Amino acid sequence: MAEVEETLKRIQTHEGVIGTIVVNAEGIPIRTTLDNSTTVQYAGLLHQLTMKARSTVRDIDPQNDLTFLRIRSKKHEIMVAPDKEYMLIVIQNPSE
Amino acid sequence: MPVTHKTLVKSKQGSNAQSQQKPLAAKTAKVVSKKKDEDDGTEIGEGGDEWMHGKTLIKPPDQLDLTEAELKEEFTRILTANNPHAPQNIVRYSFKERSYKPISSVDQLAVHFFLEGNLLHRDSDEARRQKAKQGLPDEKATVVTETEDEKLETPGGGEDGAHSVDSKTGKKEQKLTNQFNFSERASQTLNNPLRERGCQTEPPPRASFSATANQWEIYDVYLEEMQKQEKNKEKAKAVPKKEDDKGKKKLTLVETQSDDLTKVAKVAKIIERMVNQNTFDDIAQDFRYFEDASDEFREQEGTLLPLWKFQYDQAKRLSVTALCWNQSYKDLFAVGLGSYDFTKQGRGMLVFYSLKNSTYPEYNYPTTSGILCLDIHPDRPYLVAVGFYDGCVAVYNLKEERPEPVYKSSSKSGKHTDPVWQVRWQKDDMDNHQNFFSVSSDGRVVSWTLVKSELVFTDIIKLSLVGAVSEGPEGVPPPTMACGTSFDFHKQINYLFLVGTEEGKIHKCSKAYSSQFLETYDAHNMAVDAVKWNQFHPKVFISCSSDWTVKIWDHTIRTPVFIFDLNAAVGDVAWSPYSSTVFAAVTADGKVHVFDLGINKYEAICQQPVVAKKKTKLTHIEFNPVYPIIIVGDDRGYVTSLKLSPNLRSKPKEKKGQELPRGPEVEIAKMEKLLSLLREPENSKGRTESWCQTDYGPQALDFRR
Repeated sequence: MAEVEETLKRIQTHEGVIGTIVVNAEGIPIRTTLDNSTTVQYAGLLHQLTMKARSTVRDIDPQNDLTFLRIRSKKHEIMVAPDKEYMLIVIQNPSE
Repeated sequence: MPVTHKTLVKSKQGSNAQSQQKPLAAKTAKVVSKKKDEDDGTEIGEGGDEWMHGKTLIKPPDQLDLTEAELKEEFTRILTANNPHAPQNIVRYSFKERSYKPISSVDQLAVHFFLEGNLLHRDSDEARRQKAKQGLPDEKATVVTETEDEKLETPGGGEDGAHSVDSKTGKKEQKLTNQFNFSERASQTLNNPLRERGCQTEPPPRASFSATANQWEIYDVYLEEMQKQEKNKEKAKAVPKKEDDKGKKKLTLVETQSDDLTKVAKVAKIIERMVNQNTFDDIAQDFRYFEDASDEFREQEGTLLPLWKFQYDQAKRLSVTALCWNQSYKDLFAVGLGSYDFTKQGRGMLVFYSLKNSTYPEYNYPTTSGILCLDIHPDRPYLVAVGFYDGCVAVYNLKEERPEPVYKSSSKSGKHTDPVWQVRWQKDDMDNHQNFFSVSSDGRVVSWTLVKSELVFTDIIKLSLVGAVSEGPEGVPPPTMACGTSFDFHKQINYLFLVGTEEGKIHKCSKAYSSQFLETYDAHNMAVDAVKWNQFHPKVFISCSSDWTVKIWDHTIRTPVFIFDLNAAVGDVAWSPYSSTVFAAVTADGKVHVFDLGINKYEAICQQPVVAKKKTKLTHIEFNPVYPIIIVGDDRGYVTSLKLSPNLRSKPKEKKGQELPRGPEVEIAKMEKLLSLLREPENSKGRTESWCQTDYGPQALDFRR
């Protein structure tokens, strides 16, 4: 338990990381470092996108599964790592 | 007066009077007759009135002169009901007879007074209509209103009047049923008052459910089913049924869902790696794809490109004492931390890093004593054998969560009395127990076997001093045990191994013989820090020492084949896994030397300082089995990874038209070729002579037997 906390803390304090959100299976954010409205927005939108991406990957080959999803935009990069029960979203400013 | 006048006149002129009197009513006739008498009377009576004086009987000139007899004639007057004004001889034309015929009866009715009334009979149609309009029932007294329709008699004829009277009386009894005054008759039975009765059950608990049916969801369900079936089969086989039920009950109790964050662990790890990948994006790209193009212009030399640098906060004051790559997971390596300094002995640490995350270790185990050596089991990548400064050996299992080792030797179970300098895993013994060897300064080479939950040790060999036994002062017998500082097992020949000692000798030993060495080589002037067999060639091994030299040997020849002087204490040397002629060495001045004997037998093809501060000593070096990188540990606790440039990884050039042969045979042949070059002059000259070459400084030829 403490290890996970530590890992999350390290991610949060890593260079360039703007925010982290932990979302549960229903799309409800459990833990966040951003403000409420932004969190809710990110959680809702990315949850749907992740589901869609996962569905796509598995439709092509059911033995496959989505490991993570990266969305690189002009301003920053959104990284989503889905799991069976939880999903972790990190927004980072890449080093370039 | 005028009446009397008339009558007077009439009476005297009887005939005229009669004709004139006809239009008058019968009354007048009567009156006339009376009046006549009265008149006579009055006249006679009042003959003497004064107002009568005024009048004297004057005879009108045209009065009839009647005789007296005629004057006394009585005329009779009859009173009848006949209307004197009614015509008595109305004649009508009859078309039948084509002549005028008199009407027999003539209407004698004379209307004297006519007044239009506004009374209606109660039972007449009109009255009923009015009543209905006003909403009054028929029994009540009628409120009569003037109607325009009601007409009584017309003055001209009595027929209409008679007709209307007849119509009224005729239609009293009938009721008209048209759309205006249709009335329905109905009757209703008594309705019981309604009472509503209902009951409601508790609604069943509802939950909204939505799902998609995709190909992969169906696949998942099938997988789960299969797994369940397999589990059931296993349960049925292993456990009797009663226990099975209890077991199931226990399972259901334990499976409570907890919303804690431990399930995020895996995901968090992935994210951390991703974040690191982003931060060190350029390094990752270099690691994968960068090939130094400038190597084409450097003839034979190569360079080392620094990649990630691994450091751990808690290990800052410790030095890297051991490095080992994991054979199964090519990006995972283990770092043993401790201290070489005799005076500064404290704690140690076992840390595992992955190339995917350079900021934080994957696993770390703090230890009470400094680690001096470690080895990861080649088949079971989760087992790590560790040797400590205090003489203990331990085995860690990475799969388990706890920070202590699963096995640890203690003073009872035969631990070494001096620091353990090297450990090596061996193949599983006949009982399928894992076992490993350790060598220590107390002169023992010990084999440890993992039996259930214990370490069982077996002394394999005791290192004894070779050479002249010199008597110490006061006749104290000199110590008979040598101190082993390194060893290595032959790659192919299992029982053959080499041990390097503190005295600078290398002994070739066999597991079978516990008291005798097969061979001894006088290798160095100082302790042998590392001895390693060549990965391909079965005869060649390399050794290094703090006496600044690196020597390559053929184990059949007692003198070294190559000697290299590196101008500083050599901490470690390692053969490359991809070529039999390439090896690298690290020195205490912070440089990495890479040699390729196939290209240059005398000089290093790369000498590069890799640490910033000059006082940092490099302690260990290891080649990655797959990727072209090396990791270098120093005495500050840092591990630096470097990429080998293409020149350092050169393969023999292919001849035109020939396929380039690959595989260990090629490497062996390469080495053999090298060695044969050296051996020929030896054979021809008839005495042992060895090639040697130094980089700097005075030459030091080795003529030891």
